[in-house]
Amino acid sequence: MNTKTLPERADVVVVGAGIVGNSLVYHLADQGWDNIVLIDKGPLPDPGGSTGHASNFIFPVDHSKEITDLTLDSMHQYAKLGVLTTSGGIEIARTEEREEELRRRMASATSWGIDAELVSAARVAELVPFVNRDIIRLGFWTPSAAVVDPLQAGALMREQASDIGNVTISAQTEVLDIETERGEVTKVRTSAGDIETSTVVVACGVWSPRIARMAGATIPLTPLVHQMIDAGPIPELAATGVEIAYPIIRDMDTLMYERQNGPDLEIGSYAHRPILHDPDDIPSLAAAQLSPTQLPFTAPDFDPQMEDALQLFGSILDREDVGVRHAINGLLSFTPDGGPALGETPEVRGLWSAAAVWIKEGPGVGRMLAEWMTHGAAEIDLHAADIARFYPNQRTPAHIRARANEGFNKIYGIVHPREQWESARGARRSPFYAREQALGAEFFEVGGWERPHWYESNRHLLEEMAEAGHQSVQDRPHEWDQRWWSPIINAEHLAMRERVAMIDLSAFAHFDVAGPGVVDYMQKMIVAQADRPVGRLIYTPVLAPNGGFRSDLTVIRLDDDRYRVITGGSDGARDRAWFSRNLPSDGSATLTDLTSAVCTLGLWGPRARDVLSAVTDDDVSGESFKFATARHITIGTIPVLALRVSYVGDLGWELHAPFEQGLALWDIIAEAGAPYGIVPAGIGVYGTTGRMEKGYRLMGAELTSEYTPVDADLGPRKIKDADFIGKEGYLRAREHERIAVMCTLTVDDHRDSLGTRRFPQGGEPILTPHGERIVDRLGRPSYVTSAGSGPSVGAYLLMAYLPVEHAVEGNRLLVQYMGERYPVTVARAGRTPLFDPDDTRMKA
Amino acid sequence: MHALVMIELDGDGVSASSRETLTLAHRLAGELGEAVEAVVFGDGGRAAESGGLAVSRLHQLDHPMLATYSPELWGESLHQLIARLQPSIVLGPGSDRGLEVMAQAAARADAPLVANCTTISLDRRANGDPPTWTLTRARQGGLLLEDAAVTAPTTFASTAAGAVEAASLGSLREVPVESFTPELDGVVHTQLVDETTQDSGVTLATARIVVSGGRGVGSAEGFEPLEELAKLTGGAVGCSRVATNNGWRPHSDQVGQTGTKISPDLYIACGISGATQHWVGCMNSKAILAINTDPEAPLLTRATYGVIGDVGEVVPAIVDEIHRRTLGNRQSA
Amino acid sequence: MNILVCVKRVRASGGTPQLSADGGGVDTRNLAFTVGPHEECAVEEAIRIAGDAGGRVTVLTAGPPEADEQLRYAISMGADHGVLVDTGDTELDPQATAAALADAIRTLEADGATFDLIMFGNESPDAGHYQVGIRVACALSRAMVGGVKGIDIDQADGRARFRREVPAGVEVYEAALPAAVGVKEGLNLPRYPSMRGRLRARKAEVRGIQPEVAPGTLRRIRLRHPEEAGTQTVVLGHGADAAPAVVDLLEELEVV
Repeated sequence: MNTKTLPERADVVVVGAGIVGNSLVYHLADQGWDNIVLIDKGPLPDPGGSTGHASNFIFPVDHSKEITDLTLDSMHQYAKLGVLTTSGGIEIARTEEREEELRRRMASATSWGIDAELVSAARVAELVPFVNRDIIRLGFWTPSAAVVDPLQAGALMREQASDIGNVTISAQTEVLDIETERGEVTKVRTSAGDIETSTVVVACGVWSPRIARMAGATIPLTPLVHQMIDAGPIPELAATGVEIAYPIIRDMDTLMYERQNGPDLEIGSYAHRPILHDPDDIPSLAAAQLSPTQLPFTAPDFDPQMEDALQLFGSILDREDVGVRHAINGLLSFTPDGGPALGETPEVRGLWSAAAVWIKEGPGVGRMLAEWMTHGAAEIDLHAADIARFYPNQRTPAHIRARANEGFNKIYGIVHPREQWESARGARRSPFYAREQALGAEFFEVGGWERPHWYESNRHLLEEMAEAGHQSVQDRPHEWDQRWWSPIINAEHLAMRERVAMIDLSAFAHFDVAGPGVVDYMQKMIVAQADRPVGRLIYTPVLAPNGGFRSDLTVIRLDDDRYRVITGGSDGARDRAWFSRNLPSDGSATLTDLTSAVCTLGLWGPRARDVLSAVTDDDVSGESFKFATARHITIGTIPVLALRVSYVGDLGWELHAPFEQGLALWDIIAEAGAPYGIVPAGIGVYGTTGRMEKGYRLMGAELTSEYTPVDADLGPRKIKDADFIGKEGYLRAREHERIAVMCTLTVDDHRDSLGTRRFPQGGEPILTPHGERIVDRLGRPSYVTSAGSGPSVGAYLLMAYLPVEHAVEGNRLLVQYMGERYPVTVARAGRTPLFDPDDTRMKA
Repeated sequence: MHALVMIELDGDGVSASSRETLTLAHRLAGELGEAVEAVVFGDGGRAAESGGLAVSRLHQLDHPMLATYSPELWGESLHQLIARLQPSIVLGPGSDRGLEVMAQAAARADAPLVANCTTISLDRRANGDPPTWTLTRARQGGLLLEDAAVTAPTTFASTAAGAVEAASLGSLREVPVESFTPELDGVVHTQLVDETTQDSGVTLATARIVVSGGRGVGSAEGFEPLEELAKLTGGAVGCSRVATNNGWRPHSDQVGQTGTKISPDLYIACGISGATQHWVGCMNSKAILAINTDPEAPLLTRATYGVIGDVGEVVPAIVDEIHRRTLGNRQSA
Repeated sequence: MNILVCVKRVRASGGTPQLSADGGGVDTRNLAFTVGPHEECAVEEAIRIAGDAGGRVTVLTAGPPEADEQLRYAISMGADHGVLVDTGDTELDPQATAAALADAIRTLEADGATFDLIMFGNESPDAGHYQVGIRVACALSRAMVGGVKGIDIDQADGRARFRREVPAGVEVYEAALPAAVGVKEGLNLPRYPSMRGRLRARKAEVRGIQPEVAPGTLRRIRLRHPEEAGTQTVVLGHGADAAPAVVDLLEELEVV
């Protein structure tokens, strides 16, 4: 019995009537979309997906700004629909390590502007009288934490969508196939008839991979079990007469939560072994005993958690007449990095993913995705949730499963911002890998690539640099601050500044775009003037249609009708998708991905020219080979594309070589560099110390869609005549009075109240000297976007956007880190680097 | 090589389920070219008089200890009769008592009992070897069918309720009644010591109309209009498991796999979503009318008729409509 | 007053059973298992009787090794001991099941156990053979009454009274102990196991018995789904407006 018969044609078909699909349909209607179809294979209001069994509570604070913003937007929407009950929530610490984590959470709460407070065990027991206060060391109290009714929210959103626009809702309608032509969606075939459409959104939760596959796309997620039980009836809870009268407790160290659910206490766990399912093995609606996503409870997995719950809530749980009344293995969606999978799939045009979303983010994701689908960009920066971020190796079942297995227990874990994955490593290795391994490289991973972060072989440099009087190579005394870090990074940095360093940059993504229409195409894609002479190297922002930041990258004019685009390892997949998607439909420009064909070795330092001229007969003198140009040179038997460019502020080149000749290149450079004291240096130098001394902005940290190139001081002074994506928004931002400025700050005193030197790691709030939060006129908070040593400037550096009134060099402010505040000074407002402000070194 | 049918008597003579079993036995006998005999506890004459048995012999089990029901004594008696007659198949009704007596007898004979059969046929019969039967039986309350084979000198089988439609079995020919007196001394047994009968003539199991309520009824008081509708239609009130679990109705009202299985002419399901447990109990209804606010409720999609709306609104309106029409009839009469 | 409760590991209710590819059995992937509702009441009643009268409750099952889960569930409710007769993964026919259970009970009795009452569910929700309890009782020469929804024990007298509902009303039976009984849902409202009970059950020792399983006489050929006539629901109307159409229907049936 379908509510309506399906139309033959639709502007958009949303598959999945969970919280995400319902929200999306409402917001699409609100954005003016017409002829919207929402289908689900299950019945309404609960079609049987994860929305129907989630625990439905929301803690707003997350270390990720993006997730927090989505959560806050969702809470606002839930409240407006009248389905949000504020209960408050407390995260408790049973261990010292967790106390530190709660202090770190406090910093995030301040950064994102959420009211929160660290409270004593006594206060926790006042708020929730049933807890065993003896095991609680500290509480993180969020008064705005709440429970919501996502099924009711969905029903209301469907109703409201139907009030606004032409919306067809069809339950018990299964997708049979999604047809495509030339890589674009054309038709959805369903059990209730076919619909012609060019836009399909997969909001199918744990089923999403299955549905996307019908169109030839991958949505890299796996269904994963989260165990929940309900214990009751508990007279004390029943007496409240409401669903929830007491704050929700997150018992963080046991990776569990406990919340009142009427007369019962609901207990959920992320502590059990990871239990993965295959999307193809989820039972059908007919076969499922409870629902397809509520699988049989596997009691042995939960038993240890039962002990933990009895320990914390023994006063109401440890009774013979309080029984386990309901217990499930609930399925949720998990991506390889734990983030959502949103946006148009890179494989199929018109096929959008709205998957791997929690209840707390559902409505916000719906709103943002609707904006994205309508205007090409969303108010909240979603680059870290963009489905296009996954490289092919990250879309494989082996990778997804490995990372889900490893990531599950991190859901309530204490995750260091630099923490590395242990599983599915070694997927992509540069040709230098064997040499790097021999040199004791500490590898960090990006996009599956193994990249040396520093080299143990350089440990001797510590002593050398200390003897030379450099202060900043000293260790960081606190374990947290030094985790996933080494002072060797600073020593490598200094060696580069004094001599020369070689850096493996093979994780770069490279693609050539070529064809008769390529100049017009590149003009459209980038902010900078693309029509430059052959050999010219162009560093440019790439904007979203609204003028917000999409990425920054390097473009080389290789020929009249050919450009090479070079972009960072972490954003290569997104950039490739963006450049591919915008290719002219007439075929006048084509894109070839050369990432797997090209390796890159960076060579920088005052002796870089000495090294390079020793290995090539080509003229690499400053007069001949100017900064910001590229040319083909020969090194031994290796044809090399050399780029005179620098992200670290020193003289040097990126040497791009055929992948299979990379090892030979490494050996030649290492041998020729030896007399000049060449050192291998890691990404610790390239990505942090070298870059930050030069004030270079990093995509995803300083560069997000919420800021314009104007805020970041990155746009060209002169705007080209040619149209480009985001131009209108960019021009508007230029005309606008300046609101915020990207600044570099130095930490003036690292000592905490006990005298230990502490080092902020990023994400911390910048405060006024009076300790007040700083927010610009658009409501954007000031927080640390990057943090790291500046060994050559003798200071620890922080980057942050500050409102113009605070962005004054010499201005003294505070940074809040782990519950304490440290004085900082604005060292640079705007783009001028702290180190070598005139760029004489790299232009030498 | 013949078939023996166990017959149960009720107020109307041979019970409905016994007639179904007889029909199956005759079909089988026709296939085999063998005689059908029957056995009855108590008054064989009354059974014979109720007619249409069309059996060649009717065995009447006679013993003072059989006057009241006892599972063990009845089972033992049947077992002793079978030991003498050596039928190749014994068929019995799928009623509670029928199943119990058959199981007692089969246990004593150490012979197979295949419960809840929907079809039975002879697979093969070799000279001197015990026969092999192929049967289809209902499992999981009828959600699944099991095709099975059994080979034994004597096989017991009971028929699934409603599986066979009772047919008229021809002439009212005189049936010879033969008495059999079993030896019952020393048989360990239970004794029926008390029996109370309900006043109401209509029971859940036999009513032509059943008005049943579930979660959507909302409370014990919410059943009042349902009771009224049942009264007006001469029906019985039933309920879903949710209603008994919430204490709105006694368990004896529960329709479902673990409650009562019913097959009325019309099943009116009010605010019942239709979980499998419940469906199994009502799926043999000749017609189902489902009243539910949710047009996608499973029972509504499986029902013959549907009304989309709130039980608290729809049922009183039906009651009013009945009153209006009956009043109108009286006035015009 | 020691009680033995026989339980069976069965597919939990809900959903439509799916068949394995060869039709030889039910596809058990992603299935929850339980003891049937009748048996859950039996366990509950046993715990109550033993609690009132003093005594121990033993739970016995014949089934696959996984049936350990059901024994532990019963223990978490309050039963004292669990005994698993490992009859393997293939379902036995009722004669073989009853023989395995009866043998196991004799073994337990030979080891000194006594059972004043042996309890069964009236029938299993999956196979529905309606006979295993009766066969066990016969093998052990015990009186046995089925369909029971009320039990009164007169310990002094050594007798038990069993109440059952029949279409015509209520029947009460009496038997001398030791006896056997088959019970039905509605006998009581079974408790949910406490958390402490579940932890206790996890650590409890379950006795294993390896039986000699005789081949049964009932041989499964295959399972299949009955043909379900696809119904097209006729919507008689919305809300109170539907009343006349409903009464038309009742008039057609000549009940009003």
